[in-house]
Order: sequence, then C-alpha cells, then structure tokens
Amino acid sequence: MKRHSPLFAALHYAMLIALAVLCIAPIAVIFTTSLRQQVQIFAEPLNFIFTPTLENYRAVLEEDKFSSYLMNSLFVGIVSTAVTLVLGCMAAYGLARFRFAGRNMVAYTTLLLRTVPLAVLAIPVFMIWNQWHLVNSLWGLVLLYVAVNLPFTIWLLYGFVLQVPIELEEAAAIDGCGPIKVFMKVLLPLMAPGLAAASIFTFRIAWNEFILALVLTDRHTRTLPVAASLFITDMGVDWGKVMAMGSLIAIPPLIFTFVAARQIITGLTAGAVKG
Amino acid sequence: MRTSPWIPAFYLGPAVLIMVAACLYPVLSAFQLGFFDWSMGTPWSDARWVGLDSFVSALSDPRVWSSLWTTLQFAAVSVSVEMVAGIALALALERPVRGTAFFRTLFILPMMIAPIAVGLAWRYLFDAQFGLVNAVLGLFGIAARGWLADPTLAFAAIVVADIWQWTPFVFIMMVAALANVDAAVIEASRIDGAKWWQMTFMVKLPMVMHVIAITLMMRLIDAFRVLEVIYVLTFGGPGDSTEILALHIYKTAFVGQQLGAAAAISVLLLVVVVALSWGALRLSNPLKNDR
Repeated sequence: MKRHSPLFAALHYAMLIALAVLCIAPIAVIFTTSLRQQVQIFAEPLNFIFTPTLENYRAVLEEDKFSSYLMNSLFVGIVSTAVTLVLGCMAAYGLARFRFAGRNMVAYTTLLLRTVPLAVLAIPVFMIWNQWHLVNSLWGLVLLYVAVNLPFTIWLLYGFVLQVPIELEEAAAIDGCGPIKVFMKVLLPLMAPGLAAASIFTFRIAWNEFILALVLTDRHTRTLPVAASLFITDMGVDWGKVMAMGSLIAIPPLIFTFVAARQIITGLTAGAVKG
Repeated sequence: MRTSPWIPAFYLGPAVLIMVAACLYPVLSAFQLGFFDWSMGTPWSDARWVGLDSFVSALSDPRVWSSLWTTLQFAAVSVSVEMVAGIALALALERPVRGTAFFRTLFILPMMIAPIAVGLAWRYLFDAQFGLVNAVLGLFGIAARGWLADPTLAFAAIVVADIWQWTPFVFIMMVAALANVDAAVIEASRIDGAKWWQMTFMVKLPMVMHVIAITLMMRLIDAFRVLEVIYVLTFGGPGDSTEILALHIYKTAFVGQQLGAAAAISVLLLVVVVALSWGALRLSNPLKNDR
C-alpha cells in the first residue's frame, strides 16, 4: 500500500486530536470544576487560570458517611464482579462444551435477558426484594448486579471457550488432569483477555449504577453514585461538591481504561466482529 | 460429547438460578404487577386485582404516547447521527498511524465514565448562566440561551450528550470491521481503477454491512434503555419534553407511587426492546458459530 503523504498524515492527526479533545473536554470539566471555589464556578466559565483548591474534596471527604459509602461501593463492585466472573465462566463452559436438553432455551433466554431495560426491572425488583428482605442490604444490590451482568459475561466468555481447541483439554486429560484441573490450568489462562473484559464491564455497571441503587438502599447502604445524586436537589446543584464526588467516582474506570483499553475494545466488538 | 446430565447442570445451574430468580422472575412479575393496584409500603396481600385496567389506561394515556414519541425521536435522531458520524470517522481514520492505540483509549473514555458524571458534566456545560456552551457560542457573537429551560433545546441537549457518549462505540466497531476486510479485495479494486468513492460505497461498506446492521441494532436497543444520563441532565423537563419512556416509568413508580400503572408501561417498553433484540438475534446469532 501507498504511504500517506505528509499533508494527509497531518490532516489525519489533526482529526484525531480534535476528536480526542471532544471526548476529553466534558470529563476535564468535571475535574477542573471540582478544583474551583464556589464563587469561581458561577463566574467566568472560560477563565481556566485559577488557583485550584481542594476545598470541595475536603468537604466531601469530611461528610460523616463518605468512607462508609466508599466501602459500600467497593464491596458491591468487587463482590458482584467476582461472583459474576466465576458463575459466568462456569456457565459459558457448560454451554460451549456440552449438548443437553434445554440448552437452546437457556441460551436464547440468556441472550434476550441481556437487553432488558433497568427501568423495567426497577419496579418488580423493588417489590420482590422487599419480600425477600433484601432491600437496604448490600447483598441485594450484589444479587441484582450479578443477575443483570451474567448474560453479557456468559456470551462474551462463550466465544472465548469456543476458541480453545477441545484437543488441548483432551490431551491434558490423557496426561492425568482431572476435569477441575483441566479447567483451571488449560482453559482459564487461555481465556484471560475475555475474563479481563468481562470483569471490567461488570465492575463498570456495579460501580456506576445509581437508579436501582437509589431505590434499593438507605442511609447506611448507599453507594457513591447514589450519594452524589443526592447533591442534585430541586433547589439546584451543589456543583463544587458534586463534581468532586464525580471525579472520585470516575477514578477506577479511568484507571481500567488506561490499563486495559485493548481488552475493553475486545469486549465491545466481541460477537459482532470476528478477530 | 455424551455425558451425564448432572455435569452441565453443575456448570450452568448457579448462573441459571440467579438469572431466573433476579432477572427473569422480576420481568415476568412486571406483567403480573400490571394487573394489580398496589402502593409502595403496603403489604402485597392488600393489592387489588384490577384486571386489564392499568394496561387500558396506559394505552389511552396521552402522556404515555407523548413519552413514547419522545423516545422514538430521541432514538432516531441520536442513533442516526452516531451511525453516520461513526462510520464516516472510521472510514477517514481506519489506517493505523503511530499513536492509534492511545487515541482509541481516549475514545472509549466517554463510555466508561459513570452516567451520573456524564449527566452532571453536560448539565454544567449547558447551564444558562455559567455553562461553557453559552460561553463558547458567545465568542462567536451568538446570544446565550437557556438550554435546559427550553423544550426544543433541552431535547437537543440530551441528544448531544448521547452522541458524545456513543459515537465512539460505532467508530470502534467500524474500525474493527474494516480491519477485517480482506486486503486483497481492496487491492484488486484498486488495480481495477476504482475511485475512492467507488471503493468506499461499492467495496468496503457492502463488505461490512453485517457489522453495520448489528451495531445499529445494539445502539437502538441501548437508546431505548437510556435512563441515568437523562435523569441527571434534565429529569425529563422542562415539562415532559425530554421524558423518555424509561424515565416516565421511573417517575410513575417512584414519584407518582403508581406501581401498577408503571408496570403496565414497562410491558410496553419491554415489547419494543424485545422486538429489537429479536431482530438483532436474527442478524447475529452467537449459537450459529457452534461446531
């Protein structure tokens, strides 16, 4: 193929940079606003030269419940991700490697559940969790997030199991590995990119979600996004604090994105695009 | 492989149990709840059977229809722009250059950030007094507007936020699809003297049509599921100009406390989404790849 001419390359980079600025600008606004004083927030939006202050962060962190909200969020995020990954992995393996009665029904139902809107779930889940005494409990949130993330995880990992040649497993079995050892030593390492993508997507939902969390938690079991949403009132928005909270919530997804962009892109395109 | 049925049951059982209990059962309960008049905080045994009343009144409620119309407009406008922009950008930028991976990392950030943060960022940007949008427009001599106070402009605001968040998704999908097009085919068309527009519209795009269709379906399904960003950005206002169906359900249930009515509307939304999902399944069925 012909190489780009210098002019073409310059245009290419100019477009990439313009798009990158568009993508980052709103996120940068969250961070810069969180570093402004309340008076500065209401004046001169285009003045980017200001003395940053950590006042908003101090106010948010000193909020008596902040650390418990953080712990709630971490608990829900980590436990949901771990459980989803283990169960999703097992189910994907079962679907990919065995033929059994009801397999198609399980497979198609899982595919359809993947698209259920959370707004549809909100009402019945609130009602059922009430009956099961799971409202205002972190385990209630974990159960919900595992259930809504399993369909995507199963289908993502299913594709990865199919890519592992069954001969590899058979060879390991002949060499004396039991089924569990085959699963752990042969399959799991080969599925690592899929596991990374699945865990990032699950953690993203469990960490970021706030509508159902708002309905299902109370003062003690609130997660960070719910706490942030409470800064938005009919009276207006406490911008400094809410942006500080928003910045703190954004940190883990930012880290994941920079560490594992390739796995995320694999996860996004899995199923639709081969390769 | 012939095995005892207990082995697949062992692998699938826990996941199936949780999905049935905490996802399928609630969805089916939404149907059931639509037949009852129940208020939050009262025991379920006090719920009154009202038959099809909730469904009938949902279908005859002009607010439900206007909300459905808002949802359709929102989905149509934002998804079209996202598809066209995403595909165009992918065609322009498909060739990898130094630093491509870094730029793609930046492009997926909007999808990874918490919806509450996305909604807040845009609410701040669109603010009438101190928002950056008005400030930037002011530099070009355009008068400040109350973006979130005007029905049409508020609708534009939720569309802009969605486009910002999801155009990169279309871009990433299309770049991946274009990278999979056989280079020999492109080379052959070049030797045959195809112009760039012939190459684009008669070779490349037809070869990735399948991925375009799947991406379109995924975006449409998601456009009907959007809730959190709009909840933060406008909460459906002003009036009900940005009250998409998902938000209407939420408000009916948790602000208006009419759970039965909300459940009936949920069924409507579910029908739309399941129909779209069925279409998506016909286009791309992961089971077809089975050995």
